[in-house]
This record gives sequence, C-alpha cells and structure tokens, in this order.
Amino acid sequence: MKRNIIQIERLSKTYKDGTVALENINLNITDGEIIALLGPNGAGKTTLISAICGITNISSGNVSVAGYDVIDDYKKTRALIGLVPQEIALQPFEKVIDVVKYSRNLFGCANNDMHIEKILKRLLLWDKKDKRIVELSGGMKRRVIIAKALSHEPKILFLDEPTAGVDVDLRFDMWELIKKLRADGTTIILTTHYIEEAEEIADRISIIDNGKIQLTENKSELIKRLGKKVINIKLDQEIDIKVFNGDFDLSQSPDKTSISMRYTDAKKDNTLDKLLTRIKKEKYKILHIETDEKSLEEIFLDVVGK
Amino acid sequence: MNFYAIKAIYVFEMSRTLRTLIQSIASPVISTVLYFIVFGSAIGSRMEDISSVSYGSFIVPGLILLTVCLQSISNASFSIYFPKFIGSINELLSAPVSYLELVIGFISAAVTKSMTIGLIILITASFLVDIEIKHPIWMVCILFLSCVSFSLMGFIVGIWARSFEQITIIPDLIITPLVFLGGSFYSITLLPDFWQKVTLFNPVVYLISGFRWAFFGNADVYIGYSILAILAFTFACVFIIWLIFKTGYRIKS
Repeated sequence: MKRNIIQIERLSKTYKDGTVALENINLNITDGEIIALLGPNGAGKTTLISAICGITNISSGNVSVAGYDVIDDYKKTRALIGLVPQEIALQPFEKVIDVVKYSRNLFGCANNDMHIEKILKRLLLWDKKDKRIVELSGGMKRRVIIAKALSHEPKILFLDEPTAGVDVDLRFDMWELIKKLRADGTTIILTTHYIEEAEEIADRISIIDNGKIQLTENKSELIKRLGKKVINIKLDQEIDIKVFNGDFDLSQSPDKTSISMRYTDAKKDNTLDKLLTRIKKEKYKILHIETDEKSLEEIFLDVVGK
Repeated sequence: MNFYAIKAIYVFEMSRTLRTLIQSIASPVISTVLYFIVFGSAIGSRMEDISSVSYGSFIVPGLILLTVCLQSISNASFSIYFPKFIGSINELLSAPVSYLELVIGFISAAVTKSMTIGLIILITASFLVDIEIKHPIWMVCILFLSCVSFSLMGFIVGIWARSFEQITIIPDLIITPLVFLGGSFYSITLLPDFWQKVTLFNPVVYLISGFRWAFFGNADVYIGYSILAILAFTFACVFIIWLIFKTGYRIKS
C-alpha cells in the first residue's frame, strides 16, 4: 500500500474581494501516481496548486506534503516540489543554462553540472544552453520552465497546463517525459484542458468545478462506471428505428442505412448482444460495425453540467 | 539558512549589473564627474571656503550620497519589481527560501553595486579636488548604512509599485528634492534661522551631515544624532519589509 504524499484537508481559499476560489477541498495524492485535475477555466485548479506551493495564502484548512505542513515546515515541503507554471515567466536576457542552474540553487541544492546536462538533453535543450531566453520559440521556453522545475530533482511535480498552446510533437514528447518521470518515482499532479491528455497519462482523475472537487476516481474505473460507448452499425438497406420499440438508446444516420447505439457496460446488461440479435431477427444484413469511445470527455461534461 | 539561494540571487543580480555595465556604473560616474567640473572647478573656484574646506571638496560627500541613495533605490526597486512584472516572482515564492534570505540576496546585490559606485566616485573626485578623510572607518560605515537603508527603501518601492512609472516616482519626486535640500551643495548653517529649523525635519540632512563629518571632522548637526537617524531609518525600512512579507502585501494573493 503506497502512502499519501500530499494530504489536503478542508482547504478553502477566499480572495479579498469575496471570490471563493476553493471550498472545502479534501484530496489525498498517493506517492508515485499521476493525477489529473480537470476543470473548466476559473474552476480553481491553479489556485489549488498555488496554495500547496506557497504562492497564495490559504484561508482555512490544512495541506501536508510528505507529512510536513506546507506553512509550518514550508522549507521542507517546497524542497520536495517542482512547479511548472501555466504562464511562461522567464528573465528574457539570461542564458538557458543559467536560469536552470539558478532554480537549482534557489531550491537549496549545490551545483550539479551532470544533472543539469541530463535534464537539458532530456528536454532537447542542450544545444540551446547558451542561447538567451528571448531568442527561443514559445515551445522551447516551455521546455525551459520544465527544466527549471526538474533542476532540483523534485519528488513531486506540478504541471499546470503543460501542453497549452504547444504543437502536437511537443505534446507527445511531454507525455513521454511525464511517463518516464513517473517510472523514476516522481508523483505528478497535472492540470489540463485536454481531456485526451488526462485519458492518455493519468492514473486518477479529479474533476474540479466552482472551487469544489466534484469527483476523484481511478481513471479506468471511472470510465468503466460512467463512460458511454457508441456502436455504429451499417446495414444493407434503410431501417426505421421504430421497429425496436424504444428498447435501445438509438439514433439514425440521415440516409437511414446506419444506426448508432449508446451503451455503458455491454458485459453487464448484454445490450450489444440483444441489439445484434434483434437486427438479425428483423432480417437486416450487417455490412460494417465500428465503435467510438469519447468516454472521459462525456463524463467531464456530465459532471460539470455543460 | 538557504545559502545556495542567497548566493544564487546575489550572483544573478550582479550578473545583470555586469551585463549592463555602462548603464549600471559608467553613467552615474559620468554624471557625477560633470557635477564636479561644473560646481567644483568652474563655479567652485569663485566660491568662498566653507568651514575652511574648499567648495569643490565640500560637495564631495553630498554628491556621493546623492548618487548612492538614488542608485540604491533604483537597483533594489527594479530587482524586485521586474520579477513581479514578468511573473517570475512565483518561483521565488514557491522556493524553500525565507523572506529574510530573499531580502539578504537582493539587498546585498543592490548594496554592492551602490557601494562600488560610491567608491568609484570618491576615487574619481580625488583626481579633481583635494580630499582628506579624517574618519575613514566612519566614512565607510556611514556609506554602507546609507546603501543598506536606501536599498531597503528601494525594495519597498519595488513591491509597492504597480508600474515602471511608479518606480521612478519616489526617487524623482521625494528623494532627489530631499537630498538637494538636505545640504548636499551647501551647509545648512548658511540658511536663515527659520529655514534651518525647517530643514532639520529633512532626514537626509542627518545623513549628509554625518557623512561630511567623516570627511572633514565638522558637521551641521551632532554626529550622534546623524548615526541615530540613519539607524532609525534602517530599522523603519526593515519593519515595513517585515510587515509586507507577513501580510503578503502586493506579492501574494
């Protein structure tokens, strides 16, 4: 049984103007997992990360990291954390290698040229190490803020919208990097707008909306429990779905030769088998079958009520 | 203590200074040399001695302090305002660095730069006018304390400022007039009685008087009052910075 590396209890954050950004958040994050925080803009994802990392004051509640309180033992907790912020905030006229070394020292670590070289190579930044930040492209700058966050070998990595506005190649690179870091034992907390990102790399999903956690669940269990699949069946002739007497959740293509059925768990209620049997019984020939699974996105939209 | 962080902040700030060497050091030195040429050599040669000190030599302490105070404020305010402006302050806030360590890192860099400029101006002035320093240790101490206190004030200005324009408001509209009216180019004893008394409300008078005492051995106000005033100003700045970090004023939501 793995231990909880982050424990959040009754965490609330209210800004001076009265805006409630976080309300009674309870969340435990297990050592070594990748958890994705999903939520629409303004849901409170960044505020939650900021509260854990010390960027914003906590109004009430407790947060502990590796058993240490983030306020009373802030030096111990922050030394364990690496943060990749949403906004790219870099000193424009400094060299890549200097800003990465600066971060390592800031987090209380002595220089380690081998480690810095390893990170820069891993992020494809080694040949750009002597370039000034201002000379880099947006994607490269995003790699630099990741290198900075990894410079002090953190046990926990927060990635706040790491792939926002980056091209597909870089996004796949990031996913690979995140998987490698997890394999090395790093706990990763990821906020994202891209549901396929959470689906691809996360072990658990937490959906946040209006400053509250709506649900937190193991990804595959969540998809199994709430996810809906769609089966599209192409037939040899036109069909009127009224023949099924509303027994299935069906829709029809405009040319009436294809039907689609939404279902949740085929094993549990045999829906799929029943539908195919009915089609045969009605004397239709099946020309083609395909399945579609936009499960997590649908769950997300259901949960946030959009 | 996170000494790695203090050193990192210090080195980072100093490298910025070295990268902009001309702007950082050469321009205040050139402008001060111009003061010496105009007030010391050109106009000063026609002025009477003040307390047996030639006018050219008399203005040296005031000119050094004028530059040092303004440089301390502008260095320290820019060093903390710029991370706020570009957003990299979040890295400082999320690092295992105490507020004390942050202040030591930034202030020691600002003080190093201002002290260097002050000493360069002193050396430059020694080529142009006769300078004798009666209390060299006190001279260095008062210069150092001035750099520290005005750098602390600059740090406060940098946190308070919401725009680059606001960074320049305090030095331009408050500090420059106070230094000019604080006796940098004259002895306040030359003023009419009423204005002498008004001038004593200007804290910079104590600073310049104390610094001039270290050079020439005579002062407009008692040296003890000068030392007390500088220490009081320094502690007031430290207290305000402590309050800022305690409340997160304009740095932490």
